[in-house]
Amino acid sequence: MDHLDQLEAQSIYIFREAFARLKKIALLWSLGKDSNVMIWLARKAFFGRMPFPALHVDTGKKFAEMYRFRDHYGKEWDLDLRVEPCPPIDAVDPTLPPAARSAARKTEGLKTALAKYGFDGLIAGIRRDEEATRAKERVFSPRGLEGNWDVRDQPPEFWDHFNASPPQGAHLRIHPILHWTEADIWAYTKRENIPIIPLYLAKNGKRYRSLGDQDITNPVNSKASTIDEILIELEQTKVPERAGRALDHETEDAFERLRVAGYL
Amino acid sequence: MNMLVTPTSPATPNGTTRPQVRIVIVGHVDHGKSTLVGRLLHETGSLPEGKLEMLKAVSARRGMPFEWSFLLDALQTERDQGITIDTTQIRFRTNSRDIVLIDAPGHAEFLRNMITGAAQADGAVLIIDALEGVRDQTRRHGYLLHLLGVKQVAVVVNKMDRVDFSADRFKEISDEISAHLNGLGVTPTAVIPISARDGDGVAERTDRIGWYKGPTVVEALDRLEPARPLEALALRLPVQAIYKFDDRRIVAGRIESGSLVAGDEIVIMPAGKIARIKTVESWPVTPVAGRQGAGRSVGITLDRELFIERGDIIAHASAAPRETRRLRARIFWLHDKPLAKGDQLLVRCGPKESRATVVAIEKAVDPGELSSSENKAIGRNHVGEIDISLSNPIATDPYTENPRTGRLVIEVSGRIAGGGLVLSVDAGQRAVPVDIVPVESALRADERSARYRHNGAVVWLTGLPASGKSTLAKALERRLFTNGGSPILLDGDTLRAGLNSDLGFSAADRSENIRRLAEVATHLARNGHIAIVAAVSPAREDRAVARRIADTAFREIHVATPAEVCEERDPKGHYKKARAGALASFTGIGNDYERPEAAELVIDTSTRTVAEAADEIEQMLKSSGVLFDEVVDLAANI
Repeated sequence: MDHLDQLEAQSIYIFREAFARLKKIALLWSLGKDSNVMIWLARKAFFGRMPFPALHVDTGKKFAEMYRFRDHYGKEWDLDLRVEPCPPIDAVDPTLPPAARSAARKTEGLKTALAKYGFDGLIAGIRRDEEATRAKERVFSPRGLEGNWDVRDQPPEFWDHFNASPPQGAHLRIHPILHWTEADIWAYTKRENIPIIPLYLAKNGKRYRSLGDQDITNPVNSKASTIDEILIELEQTKVPERAGRALDHETEDAFERLRVAGYL
Repeated sequence: MNMLVTPTSPATPNGTTRPQVRIVIVGHVDHGKSTLVGRLLHETGSLPEGKLEMLKAVSARRGMPFEWSFLLDALQTERDQGITIDTTQIRFRTNSRDIVLIDAPGHAEFLRNMITGAAQADGAVLIIDALEGVRDQTRRHGYLLHLLGVKQVAVVVNKMDRVDFSADRFKEISDEISAHLNGLGVTPTAVIPISARDGDGVAERTDRIGWYKGPTVVEALDRLEPARPLEALALRLPVQAIYKFDDRRIVAGRIESGSLVAGDEIVIMPAGKIARIKTVESWPVTPVAGRQGAGRSVGITLDRELFIERGDIIAHASAAPRETRRLRARIFWLHDKPLAKGDQLLVRCGPKESRATVVAIEKAVDPGELSSSENKAIGRNHVGEIDISLSNPIATDPYTENPRTGRLVIEVSGRIAGGGLVLSVDAGQRAVPVDIVPVESALRADERSARYRHNGAVVWLTGLPASGKSTLAKALERRLFTNGGSPILLDGDTLRAGLNSDLGFSAADRSENIRRLAEVATHLARNGHIAIVAAVSPAREDRAVARRIADTAFREIHVATPAEVCEERDPKGHYKKARAGALASFTGIGNDYERPEAAELVIDTSTRTVAEAADEIEQMLKSSGVLFDEVVDLAANI
């Protein structure tokens, strides 16, 4: 087994545990490279078809390429796609800095979807290497009744035994690719030939390393126009992956505050 | 998570192959774990752009000198309090390794987070403050590494600048911690003097520690090896689920050890049912040929429809795990309420869960204390050995035989509260019933024995097929009944038609068959009857189980008719079939019958009549206090 085989086997194990132990789960499909890898892994875990819905919490501000991708592959992959629109910006905590406030709409949309469908588990494609508070996450991460993350009291989790009993009305976040890196995602995308949104590849000296809302995501300087070139670029760069994400950098704790409130 | 995913030869993006090793940094609070991590990243040029400036700004905002630990202590409360609360991970590279560094909190209050981090590691760095020396969390973390199965441990003695880089002070600490770790069966791979803040000993041997000749921290990390998947051990495939998304019935799970391939004969434990692997399913290409090894998440189909459920273990029939309702484990405890004898829990062994009762607690100590006084209950953050009785049978291994399947976690109110290693599996012990209140008979034993003129007993006839067990059993039954007694015949084959119809002929099924026979017989004996059991019962261990269950009521009779005579008799034609190869797992023509060593009676039916043999049994039952002696009765009549 090589490195990617081992990552894959671990993720499949997590998917199967989530499906076995929770009553009603959904996969959060942000249309980005990470959640596409997740869908691929889910299809591997369940032998071809993902046996639970793909939930797209839609800010309405994604790139046109992303919406095209969603509509095309939602059908091709035979997904049970649920689209949940986010509330307008006025409905969101005005004390947050602007970009964080914009991103927090997604948290609100998520809460609406949770209430509507009664999911007790949401599968999310966050990774430890993305960001320092995500590095502290559990694979099965309990959320409070308000969807909040209690970072001070995370349960023990070891030997692939997961805490999978959320209290009535609360839910769990399940993180099947928490142990992957950005380079792992690309190497696996290439090996498995998983479709991607072309915005990730360089055009006119720029590409997106991470795709969020149009107004708060910026491209980075890059000449990488193939996945192989992206992998070489990642070998050499010291620029963090989320450098183009405005909301991470507004204040020291902006991202932690978002996450405690239920952001991904 | 992740213990399994310890890559042996990952291809890095540029195509080179470098081992990836997961290393946890542990030790007492404030001895400098997070600082060492920051320094290691800096020395190996692994810090992301802008991070150094960001840390300077964050430190300045709090009016502190430059603080490396803010790199990993990302949470606001961690920065404000200057302590690590939760475990985190960060990656960097040495000359020959990709390293995943796991930072674990040192504060006792967050031991659960230390365990969460350390359980994922291939190796550990145990850090000790040169000024403070070995403290309680140093010892506790050392002990937990051993319980978590982390065997490679490098020790660093930090803050050498605060003891003027004294070689004597270093030796003092080095000797103390080496002795402690050796006592746990762990040999440190290195003991290194460093100053994480200034960099001495981290990547370079500076003049200030010129007296030290061993490896630097980076060099020591370079020598740690990734854990290997357990392909050399026996196959263990714990079942996560059975999927029927289409016309395939796929048994899904991850191979924890060993390997499998389509065509293998397998046994499903604990039920002991035998089947053959028809296909190994996959996606997008299926089925897949070739051997699947430890670490793979697989799906298989079987050649017959069997009842399988989540938590069963698939193994090869020749090396199956043990089925048990009782086991001993060495555990650590994380719950506020101490674990005490009689507590009811939920135990998980892989995907299997079972309710359980704590039957006994031993060696309950605080591993942080120097002199460990034993307690009756296992307190929070303490360790101990427990005997637990399970309400459902499970299949498991002692951890010395299989470190993956030989461990368990304990849940209280839906939250993991502890975990540990399976020390031993007691296949013979009965479960202590959970939430069961037995109803006693309205009659007293002496009322029955006064009528039957005997005490209750289990008369266990063991011997080769066709040795005469059933003939003797029936003769004995008739005789006891004629004398006014209450004998009841329990024939192995008869019970297999009903009570034991779910059992096959694997070793585990045979054991369970015997256990049930013994349970039923013992129940009858307790109620004053003489249960006459006729069963080949070839395994000495199984008969020992029966004796333990029936206890003082047990009378073992070895029907020791010579094998040639038995084969010649062959009333059921079994020997003939077995010789022709048509009867697998038949006891008699091999050497698989284990003769009793201390039977109450040995009878060779080829040298005496049935009546003579029955006489001998009757005599034995009299002399051993089962049948009331007639002399006594005569005396009573005078």
